[in-house]
Amino acid sequence: MITLNHYLILAAILFCIGFYGAIAKKNAVAVLMGIELMLNSVNINLVAFNRFLSPGEMTGQIFAIMVIVVAAAEVAVGLALVLNIYRQRLTTDVNDLDWLKW
Amino acid sequence: MGDFPILLTIVLAPVIGALVILFIPEKDERLIKITAAIATFVSLVLSVYAYLVYDKTAGGFQFTQDFVWVERFGINLSLGVDGMSLPLVLLTAIVIFTGVFASWDMHSRVKEFFIFLLVLVAGVFGVFVSRDLFWFYLFFEVAVLPMYILIGVWGSTRKEYAAMKLTLYLLVGSAFALIGIIALYVYAKAQLGFGTFDIMTLGTVEFDEAFQKFAFFLMMIGFGFLVPMWPLHTWSPDGHVAAPTAVSMLHAGVLMKLGGYGLIRAGVFLFPLGAKYWAPLIAVLCIVNVVYGARVAMVQKDLKFVIGYSSVSHMGYVLLGIASLNYMSLDGAVAQMFAHGIMTALFFALVGNVYHKAHTREIAAFGGLAHQMPRVASGFLIGGLASLGLPGLNNFVAEALIFLGSWQVEKVLFGWLHFRVLSILAIFGVVITAIYVLRVVQRVFFGPRNPKWDHLTDARGVEMVPIVILIGVLVLFGIFPSLLIDTINVGVGPLVAKISAAAEIGGVF
Amino acid sequence: MINLAWLVPVLPAIAFVIIIFLTRRLQMVSALTSILAMAGSFIISLGIVFEVLAGPVTMDNPVELSARWLEVPGSVFIQAGVLIDPLSAVMLFVVTFIALLVMIYSIGYMKGEPGYSTFFAYLSLFSCSMLGLVVSNNYFQIFMFWELVGLCSYLLIGFYYHKDSASQANKKAFITNRYGDFGFMLGMFFLFLLFGTFNFRELAAVIPSYTNEALLTVVALLIFVGPIAKSAQFPLHVWLPDAMEGPTPVSALIHAATMVAAGVYLLARGFVLFESATTALIIIALIGGFSSIFAASIGLVQRDIKRILAFSTMSQLGYMVMAIGLGSITAGMFHLTTHAFFKALLFLGAGSVIHAVHTQDIFEMGGLSKKMKVTTWTFIIGSLALAGIFPLAGFWSKDEILLTAANAGEYFGIPILGPIFLILGLSVAFMTAFYMFRLIFVTFFGEEQPGSHAHESPAVMTVPLIILSVFAIFSGFIGTPFTPNGFAEWVYYGEPHHPHPNYGIMIMSTVVALAGIWLAWLIYGKRAISAEMLANRFSTIHRILYNKYYIDEIYLWLFDRVMLGIADACRWCDRKIVDGIADGFGDGIRAMGARMRFIQTGNMQNYALVIFVAVVIIALVLAVPVLGGI
Repeated sequence: MITLNHYLILAAILFCIGFYGAIAKKNAVAVLMGIELMLNSVNINLVAFNRFLSPGEMTGQIFAIMVIVVAAAEVAVGLALVLNIYRQRLTTDVNDLDWLKW
Repeated sequence: MGDFPILLTIVLAPVIGALVILFIPEKDERLIKITAAIATFVSLVLSVYAYLVYDKTAGGFQFTQDFVWVERFGINLSLGVDGMSLPLVLLTAIVIFTGVFASWDMHSRVKEFFIFLLVLVAGVFGVFVSRDLFWFYLFFEVAVLPMYILIGVWGSTRKEYAAMKLTLYLLVGSAFALIGIIALYVYAKAQLGFGTFDIMTLGTVEFDEAFQKFAFFLMMIGFGFLVPMWPLHTWSPDGHVAAPTAVSMLHAGVLMKLGGYGLIRAGVFLFPLGAKYWAPLIAVLCIVNVVYGARVAMVQKDLKFVIGYSSVSHMGYVLLGIASLNYMSLDGAVAQMFAHGIMTALFFALVGNVYHKAHTREIAAFGGLAHQMPRVASGFLIGGLASLGLPGLNNFVAEALIFLGSWQVEKVLFGWLHFRVLSILAIFGVVITAIYVLRVVQRVFFGPRNPKWDHLTDARGVEMVPIVILIGVLVLFGIFPSLLIDTINVGVGPLVAKISAAAEIGGVF
Repeated sequence: MINLAWLVPVLPAIAFVIIIFLTRRLQMVSALTSILAMAGSFIISLGIVFEVLAGPVTMDNPVELSARWLEVPGSVFIQAGVLIDPLSAVMLFVVTFIALLVMIYSIGYMKGEPGYSTFFAYLSLFSCSMLGLVVSNNYFQIFMFWELVGLCSYLLIGFYYHKDSASQANKKAFITNRYGDFGFMLGMFFLFLLFGTFNFRELAAVIPSYTNEALLTVVALLIFVGPIAKSAQFPLHVWLPDAMEGPTPVSALIHAATMVAAGVYLLARGFVLFESATTALIIIALIGGFSSIFAASIGLVQRDIKRILAFSTMSQLGYMVMAIGLGSITAGMFHLTTHAFFKALLFLGAGSVIHAVHTQDIFEMGGLSKKMKVTTWTFIIGSLALAGIFPLAGFWSKDEILLTAANAGEYFGIPILGPIFLILGLSVAFMTAFYMFRLIFVTFFGEEQPGSHAHESPAVMTVPLIILSVFAIFSGFIGTPFTPNGFAEWVYYGEPHHPHPNYGIMIMSTVVALAGIWLAWLIYGKRAISAEMLANRFSTIHRILYNKYYIDEIYLWLFDRVMLGIADACRWCDRKIVDGIADGFGDGIRAMGARMRFIQTGNMQNYALVIFVAVVIIALVLAVPVLGGI
């Protein structure tokens, strides 16, 4: 029997993998992928809570779709940025992207 | 001119001048300068008018006007002058008017320079005409910030350092004063039942002694930065030296007086017992100011540094007048602020004139300038004589009153230091002043003609305007001191009454 | 005329303003403006003198006019006032008269100098200040004019400001006088503290009943510091010899006849104070006596004609101070009056000589008597008067002082003082006669210098000399013991006491004066004794005297080492300690920032990690109360 806990544990593992990717990966594309994973883990949570706690309503699922849309837009912008940076600097290594510090 | 808003116009005339200059093309330097001159002339005329028609028999704040600003917190833009602030308004008007002429030879970014200058002076006027402590503080900040840009952009000799130092010092000082003002507001609100920043209303509140000591300490440190009181003084010589001529004039002539004025208005007037408690400290520090400042001035190599340190020394007299807390000395303190403002403005105008032409201010480089620049030499000599307190010039009267007042104080400080010892040291300051002033006059202006400086031209045309006006004021009030002192009496009278009332309970000296 | 007394100082002030603002380019107009104004003052003063001598105005019954000048309610009231009594009337006459003659003389002397108009403007300003000082009715006013005459002295000593020596000399004069003014100011403030007024008459009414004599002595001595500097008494005398850098008419007017006498005048004016403090009086007399012998001894060996006269002035001023210290303002003021005439005469004569030979070293002159008859004769008259030869003016006034000195023991009740001061006075008289005639024999009678183009000065210069020499001869007669209703009945303190002729002292003083002249003649006239031989035999003494006892060197050392040393220490402290602490604050904050800076890596991933950790912590903190434990 698959309970809510299973879904939550899956989401947590997925989140941690995504977080690791976002924090530790050097490649900007990999970082973006990590962020995607984290977002998706949240989606799993949203859908799972919706299904197990209040099956009559669709709020969680609608939210998940909302997140997917925003994530798509975000990836589009993020990849565009990475692409532009690559054209200018010939690198996608985030360690080189420290221009915030003067 | 019954309902004409004189004080408001005095404050706003420079602002309007600045706005007009905003629309004048950068290239038209002459028009910009004339506009500035007209704006400040309006303020000058109105100040003189106010000075003349001020009713000395009635006394108190006159030409008052009130605009409600933030009703909930009791903040009003309320204007008014009494016998203490009126001479200082007049001083500001004279100094800025002459300052505009002293910067007639300014040619870089003229437009911005005059805009900032006029905004600065509007702030200074505002401080002197506010009866509301909140606006007092606000105007003060308006006066400080343009100074930073004026020194940083148009200055000389370590200008970035000096501008930063000056601004930081003044802001730290004003932060102390702000804490004091807020504490005062909160305390008074509890007593009165309503919040107000009005100085006269606050003056009626009976503050308990512990609070007075605390609040006066804040005011003393805060305004001590401005005066400047030793050891908070080092911003002032550096600032004087770095600033362009007109800014030096305003800065040494007027801005330092904000400190003395604030200390009397927001310090002694509101907290007489606190003043009594801290007076010994002020007295000792002011003697350090006088003697030490004069000593340091003696061995300076740069003309402006000499004058900068002489200001430190002379403002020590103002502090001595405040610390003595009696009628004569407080009169003298206000008179000294006026006299020193005029005298030091004259100095800076002349040094600026020489520097502009010779591109150096090093004393050792000069010699025999009286041959090439007799008018500048005469002006400098008169300024120097005023500085060393020669009778017949305004400063003598002020210093004599301060000395006489401090001489009356029968008090032994810290159990062993008689107050009169401090007076004697202060009076000895006039000897040291004579030494460094005459040393400079002799080295720079006397001696054989030096052909190296033959290209220098004497002051003429508009350059003579500041020299003539400032000397005229020094001589006028020097020969007829009643013209000044009678007005100051009217302002200091109520203050002294309040101090003596406090003496009934606490015993002020 | 007395009601017009306020005009006396005002007229020259008007002349000053006119010259400065209107007539600087027109030299003769400037000169005439100043002279006309001075003549006006002179006529008024003359009127005042006659009115005072004829009328009911006496020392005890003066005329006082005053106006409010400065007031702080309930604290201080300072007047601008005029006080006319015989004392000020005599001074008014002396000052206006000599100033007028000096101005006339200057028309010739200053001819062709740049700054001709300015010179007359300064002279007018000086006259204004000096006359204002004389007519003052209170200490505050006298102090103000006291400083103003100092200013004029400064301006006029530095008239040749292109000369380094002149610009050093005027600075020295002003600063030395500042020390004096410092003491004067303290004394004045003390007086105000004790009695609450500056007015002379009000003070005179209350001082005698004041009982704390020790305090009065301190006050009197503090005030006396003013005259010490102004009248060039030891130890603040150093400025006077250097002041000779000024044009000679200035030396005659300011540094011989009038301004330096202001100290003596102040002692006379405020005598009630000094009289109430006996110790102070004795100290005043001692300082006066010491200064007079000190200066006379220096004068013996100097080479510069004006410096000899300067030391002579200092010595004579010491005489006057001594006289007043010994309790006789009559003697002091009488000597001041006669001295003003003959010393002005001597200086103007010296000016005439310098004008002719363009040097001030007497050993570069010689034999001038043939070419400059008027100058020579008037100079000799002046010297005789100064030496105190019967019946010239100096004889009578010096006699008065010696008489006072002889009575000093009685006056103070200390018998030893009488002989001390008498011997002191007589030795000064001897030296005075010696150095004056040394000057005369060397300058006017020695061998003519080769290539000398000396010539007599123009009439505008010699006429004042002649007028002054008339006064040098006859002005003594106003105060001889044989004159009925003379000087002693005009100027006195307490009760007038008519001097009785004391033939012993008269004979003694004449004998020592003649002895001095005779010795000078032996050495410099007949050359029976070689001056070089004397100088070599007493070389140490000669060197010390010639270098003025090295007082200047000592002061210079003190100034360089002590004053400038402290100043340097202060500057160091200001830059290193006070500023160091302030800059240290700034540096400290900056260093802190430098340490904190590494947190700001600029790496987005680090920031994200920090944000995440922070969110987790916040979430845990918020969750703990809900969940009841981790």
